[in-house]
Amino acid sequence: MITVGAGLLQEALEAQAVATTPVEWRPPLPGTADALARVLADPRRTAANERAVARLTSARPHLVGVRRASEVLDLDGRTFLHAGPPVDWERASGPMRGALIGATLLEGYAHDEDGARSLLESGGVRLEPCHGRRTVGPMAGVVSPSMWMFEVRDAEHGGLAYCSLNEGLGKVLRYGAYGPEVLDRLRWMDRVLGPVLSAAIALTGPIDLRALIAQALQMGDELHNRNRAATSLLLRELAPAVVDAAPERAAEVLRFVNGNDHFFLNAGMAAGKVSTDAARDVPGSSLVVAMARNGTDFGVQVSGLGDRWFTGPAGVPDGLYLGAYGPADANPDIGDSTITETSGLGGFAMAAAPAIVRFVGGEVSDAIAATRSMYEITLAEHPVYQIPGLGFRGTPVGIDVTLVARTGLLPVVNTGIAGRVAGTGQVGAGLVNPPAEAFTRALAALADSV
Amino acid sequence: MSGGTGDVVMGDVVMVRTGIYHDSVALMRVSKALTELPGTEVAIVAMATELNLALARDLRFDLPAAGPADLLVAIRGHDVETATRELDRQLAALSSSRTQAAAEQPPLTTRSAARRPADVVLVSVPGEHAFAEALDAVQSGLPVMVFSDGVSVEREVLLKRLADERDVLVMGPDCGTAVIAGVGLGFANVLRPGPVGLVAASGTGAQQVTSLLDLAGTGVSHVLGVGGRDLSAEVGGLSTVRALRMLDDDPATELIVLVSKPPAPEAARAVGEVVASLRTPVVSALLGEGDLTEATEQALRALGRSVPEWPAWPGWSGKAVTGTVRGVYSGGTLCAEARLIVGRGEFVDYGDDAYTLGRAHPMIDPALRLEALAKAAPGDVVLMDVVLGHAADPDPAASFAHAIARCPATVVVALVGTEGDPQDLHRQAAALREAGASVFTSNAHAARHARDLT
Repeated sequence: MITVGAGLLQEALEAQAVATTPVEWRPPLPGTADALARVLADPRRTAANERAVARLTSARPHLVGVRRASEVLDLDGRTFLHAGPPVDWERASGPMRGALIGATLLEGYAHDEDGARSLLESGGVRLEPCHGRRTVGPMAGVVSPSMWMFEVRDAEHGGLAYCSLNEGLGKVLRYGAYGPEVLDRLRWMDRVLGPVLSAAIALTGPIDLRALIAQALQMGDELHNRNRAATSLLLRELAPAVVDAAPERAAEVLRFVNGNDHFFLNAGMAAGKVSTDAARDVPGSSLVVAMARNGTDFGVQVSGLGDRWFTGPAGVPDGLYLGAYGPADANPDIGDSTITETSGLGGFAMAAAPAIVRFVGGEVSDAIAATRSMYEITLAEHPVYQIPGLGFRGTPVGIDVTLVARTGLLPVVNTGIAGRVAGTGQVGAGLVNPPAEAFTRALAALADSV
Repeated sequence: MSGGTGDVVMGDVVMVRTGIYHDSVALMRVSKALTELPGTEVAIVAMATELNLALARDLRFDLPAAGPADLLVAIRGHDVETATRELDRQLAALSSSRTQAAAEQPPLTTRSAARRPADVVLVSVPGEHAFAEALDAVQSGLPVMVFSDGVSVEREVLLKRLADERDVLVMGPDCGTAVIAGVGLGFANVLRPGPVGLVAASGTGAQQVTSLLDLAGTGVSHVLGVGGRDLSAEVGGLSTVRALRMLDDDPATELIVLVSKPPAPEAARAVGEVVASLRTPVVSALLGEGDLTEATEQALRALGRSVPEWPAWPGWSGKAVTGTVRGVYSGGTLCAEARLIVGRGEFVDYGDDAYTLGRAHPMIDPALRLEALAKAAPGDVVLMDVVLGHAADPDPAASFAHAIARCPATVVVALVGTEGDPQDLHRQAAALREAGASVFTSNAHAARHARDLT
């Protein structure tokens, strides 16, 4: 017998030797009771959520190509994409500005930092969120026309999604660094990495990312802060084709990929994006289809509410720092990589990745507790992404805004930490709490839509 | 923690502890926790490696000799005592957390709890939040008893319509009692198993009928509460109809008793049609068309069983009766029944929402009724109910005896309970009688006694 509420009534059942499952009930997030009642009473909700989450979990993302952003994303007239909900130069944080400056220099829209700043300040480059263009970008997530993008196709529903190629760790554009070594690396990626990978994938044919992610989870990745297994698996798939496609460049390309444990992250993010996009636009559904940060705001989008953003201030991650860096050097939360958590990976799959438990509190039991808690706010267990240590239980997937409000549990988000000052790069990695108001605002809008 | 040497220098605490090892990540977290304390300027908790010793020396801590197998603690601040206490707490937590297996996540919603095997859900969260939990139960295909009141009638209708689609029963909202296969939910008496099934829109009404049946040696199969509004025009008897059909399909149920206030005409029609179609005979106990004791007697006769004398312990208080009858009730239906029978006086149902806001039900918390007893005037008759069973006051006679003894008025008690109840019916009756009250197991008889006194 399930009991929820007065302990006295549960005790009365125990006195009759009845086995009870007490719910550890707590009042919903402050101010949400009315909206919750209206949304829960929406007759469309249950079926809409079933449909939306079924589309999310049945998506079959395949890596089908590596193509230039200018070819596929319609970035004419000096448009850059960026991570998170909409933001302008004025409100952009240090690392976001740094990445925008770097991209401006990379594209040759300006010849030096000052020129880039004044161009961006004057609105000379149009800024749009990646999410609105079937794209996701890690950290600052800046996408400019010349960049090469992973192209991922959902073989089930036919959608497409894009994500840039991963530059590695340390001083990189996505963390807001734009020094000469950053731009040199991007130019090499433009000249060598992109074309070689593009040719290699033309030879391999589509690579099943869903199968690859499922394997990587069983090899200790959670696919956000740890991508070591997935990168290794991708490299195994690609290596022969890279050699066939560009024998004279193969060694440097493979060495670059091999040298970056996070190389797979961007392909995995595009896989997450194409899966969550499949769940969009189901009227009445309270399923979260995007969580993303621009370094200033944390935003969510909900299936039943189109492409509206609901935001709250981005928090500063709680984590471990590189070298001499500390919390004072950290920028508020940034990046579209929360698409991993949105699709049932990352912090939600923490129990699969005991090797990185230090990010969630230091003990394996904390990692397991993090994953277990996320079943409380999700609509489904992933049919393919499974966690060996939990008896091959599917990862918790499909965040429901109403469950977040009811339980007060916020999504567990793993993240890298960018330096606050433009040009610094990565300073650490850890966990961040999304702002509750992003979810309560979405809930209020759902209530208004009933 | 033992084996430490303390050394306080101008707001500095430096300690070297032996026999303790924790990995550097764990200790970084401890250092961080201590540094975040308001009274701490800086704290280093680390194994005493050359590197860490050098770090501490750079911060001008005065260090004793220590080696990499020792734990170095260096704290600076104006409240190093708090930091030291926190250090001990953190280190103790580190030691214990290693041995703990990952705890199961307790379910935070009914939806989550329903992933485990379950037959019934009992919801008693505050009314404004009860809909969410009840909806979870219905959507998980589980019958649900909603003990909570304060759920709007619109949501009740929605819940019951959904329950019809999912083929499950919603008992409530504001359902105080149910007995399913011998298990009492909410306020429920301990009843012997038997042939009578109840469908009740009234909790204390059902308790009165089943307790009397039990005293007559006749048990019940199930008591299905439906909530006080189920037979209103808005709800239209949705749960009553379902509960009647369920009992009709139950081979253990030979007779159904329907307990309710008189239904709205629309609901009466719907229920009447269903009653006519059932194989199982139905006795209706509709308040106002007769009392609950009479309905119980009718049920016994329908089963071909004899009607006993209902146990009573009347007495003469020796007090003159010149004033009014004051009904001081915890059960709404019992109060209404008594008011109808007495026909005059002042009756208060302390179980009504108006009195339970922010306090426990009067079946659990006697405070308001104790006040009412104290305020009764000489010459009055206080007519009150004492309801036994699961979840009720574990010893109501003990709660009320003193107040009854001191009450200037004559006290008449309707004692609703069975011999199986944890409070022990006979002990309760004796204690109440001892305090000076007249005690009746039939509320109707108690009310008539009170009426006839005045």
